[in-house]
Amino acid sequence: MSNPFRTEDHGHIDRGTTLSFVFDGVTYTGHPGDTLASALLANGVHTVATGIKYGRPRGIMAAGVEEPNALVQIEAPFPEPMLTATTVELYDGLVARGLGGQGRLSDQPDPARYDTMHAPCDVLVVGAGPAGLSAALTAARSGARVVLVDELPMPGGSLLSGRQTLDGAAATAWATAVTDELAACPDVTVLSRTTAFGHYDDGLVLALEKRTDHLGAAAPAHVSRQRIWRIRARQVVYATGAYERPVAFDNNDRPGIMLAGSARTYLGRFGVVAGRRAVVFTTNDSAYHAVLDLADAGVRIAAVVDARESVPARLLAACAERGIEVRTGHVVTGTSGIERISRAHVARFGHDGLGERQGVDCDLLLVSGGWNPAVALFSQAGGALAYDPEAGAFVPAGALPTVRTAGAARGTTSLAGCLADGVDAVTQALSALDRSVTPAPSPAAAAAPPAAPGRVLWRVPSPQDGPDGSHQFVDLQRDALVTDVFRATGAGLRSVEHVKRYTTIGTAHDQGRTSGVLTSGIVAEALGVDIAELGTTRFRPPAVPVAFAAFAGRNRGELFDPVRVTALHPWHVEHGALFEDVGQWKRPWYYPREGETMDEAVLRECRAAREGVAMMDGSTLGKINVQGPDAGVLLDRLYTNLMSTLKPGRIRYGVMCGVDGMAMDDGTVIRVAEEEFFLTTTTGNAARVLEWMEEWLQTEWPELRVHLTSVTEHWVTIPLVGPRSREVLALVAPELDVSNDAFPFMSWRDTTVAGAAARVCRISFSGELAYEINVPAWDGIAVWRALYAAGAPFGLTTYGTETMHVLRAEKAYPIIGQDTDGTVTPQDLGMSWVVSKKKADFVGKRSFARPENQRADRKELVALLPADERRLLPEGAQIIATSTVPAPPVPMLGHVTSSYRSDALGGTFALALVRSGTRRIGETLYVALDGETVPVTVSEPVLYDKEGARRDG
Amino acid sequence: MTVETPVRFSPLDGWQNTFERLPEGLDIREIPFLTQLSLRVEPGSPAARAVEDTLGIALPGPSCADMSGEVKALWLGPDEWLLVAPPDRSQDLAGRLRAAIGDAFATVTDVSAQRTTLSLTGQLTREVLARGCAIDLDPRVTPVGSCVTTLLAQAGVSLVVRGVGASSVWLLVRSSFASYVATWLVDACTEYRGGS
Repeated sequence: MSNPFRTEDHGHIDRGTTLSFVFDGVTYTGHPGDTLASALLANGVHTVATGIKYGRPRGIMAAGVEEPNALVQIEAPFPEPMLTATTVELYDGLVARGLGGQGRLSDQPDPARYDTMHAPCDVLVVGAGPAGLSAALTAARSGARVVLVDELPMPGGSLLSGRQTLDGAAATAWATAVTDELAACPDVTVLSRTTAFGHYDDGLVLALEKRTDHLGAAAPAHVSRQRIWRIRARQVVYATGAYERPVAFDNNDRPGIMLAGSARTYLGRFGVVAGRRAVVFTTNDSAYHAVLDLADAGVRIAAVVDARESVPARLLAACAERGIEVRTGHVVTGTSGIERISRAHVARFGHDGLGERQGVDCDLLLVSGGWNPAVALFSQAGGALAYDPEAGAFVPAGALPTVRTAGAARGTTSLAGCLADGVDAVTQALSALDRSVTPAPSPAAAAAPPAAPGRVLWRVPSPQDGPDGSHQFVDLQRDALVTDVFRATGAGLRSVEHVKRYTTIGTAHDQGRTSGVLTSGIVAEALGVDIAELGTTRFRPPAVPVAFAAFAGRNRGELFDPVRVTALHPWHVEHGALFEDVGQWKRPWYYPREGETMDEAVLRECRAAREGVAMMDGSTLGKINVQGPDAGVLLDRLYTNLMSTLKPGRIRYGVMCGVDGMAMDDGTVIRVAEEEFFLTTTTGNAARVLEWMEEWLQTEWPELRVHLTSVTEHWVTIPLVGPRSREVLALVAPELDVSNDAFPFMSWRDTTVAGAAARVCRISFSGELAYEINVPAWDGIAVWRALYAAGAPFGLTTYGTETMHVLRAEKAYPIIGQDTDGTVTPQDLGMSWVVSKKKADFVGKRSFARPENQRADRKELVALLPADERRLLPEGAQIIATSTVPAPPVPMLGHVTSSYRSDALGGTFALALVRSGTRRIGETLYVALDGETVPVTVSEPVLYDKEGARRDG
Repeated sequence: MTVETPVRFSPLDGWQNTFERLPEGLDIREIPFLTQLSLRVEPGSPAARAVEDTLGIALPGPSCADMSGEVKALWLGPDEWLLVAPPDRSQDLAGRLRAAIGDAFATVTDVSAQRTTLSLTGQLTREVLARGCAIDLDPRVTPVGSCVTTLLAQAGVSLVVRGVGASSVWLLVRSSFASYVATWLVDACTEYRGGS
């Protein structure tokens, strides 16, 4: 199969290799080097999509990321929605179809790899056109570390589109030679198929590299498909080129209407003529490059319609030489055709308005309204833009200390100017880095005559009856019309930012590259204000669409979030534990025996702890070593109770509050020595508590001589719990006198457990006789195994977090963050005893005196016993006073915070925060559930061993 | 009664086989059970001088490590160093340091099992680390002896440059994150292993 619209000799494609692809169900061919768009055009296919709102047929309007129309869904080899046909490199076996604005996410997981690479450098150059290449080369020759990124598969940028020469040879040969030299430099990284999409603080630029997309099904699975480069550059040069701007006129959205420069690119880069008979509508000199290139490639130019009264004689002469009619002072007012354009309507457009219309037959209408420098990234970096009235464009107002622009990105139009620009910008950049440069002479470009001024023309008035602009599309992807802009200004909107939100112009995948400045121009005209004052909308990252998969990179599956495990983890896995995620930790949840349900396993584990002996892995508890002469002073100020009076060898429970007096963490404090304490925090708060303590120490009390050191992971902590725990401990700690008198509750001893140096604390989070055995983490498994073996004759049972919760809840030991929510004081938890009356001050103390904290109807922690002891209340359920739910608003008395089945109590129970809870003890309240209420009796929170008789065994 | 010293398990016990299958150009070994002490002292203070006299080295300045002696010193913060020594030296070393410090204000805390140490060597090391670490490992920026605390992927690490151009580094990682870091490093080598 041949491509009817392919030329014999233009372009950078491999005509010797044919690729087969399917679009909208039809099989076509193309060549390596094609994009999907160029291959479709080579086959004469213009209509590739439909408008999202009105369903009108849409064609290919551009040749790059600025394309507003040609959105496609890739179906094979891997499904991907909403790519622009102009940026999809063609590969064999590609199956795609056109979209009506919205794509469809695959319901299959994407098997491809995505990854990230950090790339620090001295100078980042974005864009490998003439300006970017000359900048990168100058930087590389100075010995700087350079990264050059470019979105195309080959270097050259705009040079790929035309017939320019440098030093008498094809300019693209120069581009290749420069790139070869750069690639040979050890300190230079050249990234093609890579688009910079975001400029962030401190010179961080993110770029997306499409590494294997162009290989289709042949892409190797072990190579990442796409990569996010995190480039940290000391200096950045944006040589990002410019995007051509259309002019709005009636029915300007037909297939076959294309930007003039894009048609030139299709010819120069791909060897494709986009039509046989073209009308060219321009406001400036640049479109004449397309006119001459296309005419010389055999396209019949039916007319050049130039809005200017005066056109440079050399251009008129070049056209005359080729028999091309140029109509100066004329515009295209509209188009006709069944779908694709078949006729352009041309009229004179002078000071007195539109003249008489005349039809010119064509199958291609090329439009140029001027060029907008690609300033999105420069603007993201904080660069100011200024309106250039001659170009009708916003251009960089000047360089930033670390960010510069060069070439068409700063409004330079000639090739020689772009080459010089690149050298200038990078010379300034290098000099800011104190690097000396000897710029090599730039290659000689053909002398470019000075460009004649363009005519700034945003739109052509509608010649038809009916509302002006009602068939003139501004944002083709959003199907937004000139009349939509007028509706916005008519509604009183004065800011282009507001007009953008009102009309959705510029919010599609193309970020308004062809519609943004046009909108500013139309708004300025409608309001009668200066566009320079009005400005344009802000640029925000990402500048191009980036797949979430690329952002996620390798942070998926088992690497999604770090999984933290304790030293005992392998034993838990070996013994069939199921795990609960607690923050990033994997903690054993319970250890089911064969055939056991969770309820059965937990009841068994609870019974062992209450009646025999049980142990768990408590290593995740946060642990902080506090040392220094003022350690006691610091702890007195941060805990609600007094810590400085603790004797070495003893342990005290403590609560920390925020400045608002609300409980923020609890744990135990042991006094190791006169100037050394060791405290524990809850698992989830370990880092936060250390930071909290450091913040007070460093910012409020720097005079205190205290050092805080996290030792969380140095220790494995094993709570050994139950009436027989003393006997088991005695077996593995032969040097320890375990008797109650020698080793009383809330004391600790350093000893040897199973041969390992251990710190054993008599602490109980269950109400039972219990010990917490701390050993260096690497001894953890050996000690755990020794305990397991020593405990076997006693029926020692391992238990997980669920049993831990049941045991502590039966004793009403709160979990900060589960039974509290940041609005609960120690007093609300029934722990007034932990709040010192003696201390002059501590964090949170002042707040306890606030009227709100003194209210009699504060929510307080109580227990709830369901009337039906088999009924397990859902945590979070709301509590009301009546057995039927009254009409809203329903007075809520509180909510269930913890709820379990208890082996010891022979039924279910819950903890709850209830308004005036302690005064309601004995009352019946109701838990409102979906479609019913459950009666519960309010009870003292401590339900098991109220006297505390069991803790001494 | 004699009690045997228990068998120790390091956080990456069992990973060596996996590490041995890494591509040529990257060699990873865990150096387990090193003595590690957290030293907090005001630089230049009498206590700091006492510590330096005891160790026989000058405490290194910001972002540097002294790896020359048997007791190595890693700068972790303006008044914080990690002292790293061969296994089972913590009691002896801490005792000597505390004795030298005397009544001055400086603290020593045994954190030996808090972190494990990974030794990475080979010419791929720098590029593999660049896949998840923002630190510039160019030898002109981070010469041998550089020591930084940073993120590798999503885990905090202290990184010591031991060979030119990061051809050899130590990564000190919290024990609970060690298997995450190991999993990440092995996955980061996928591309070098080739298609299979």
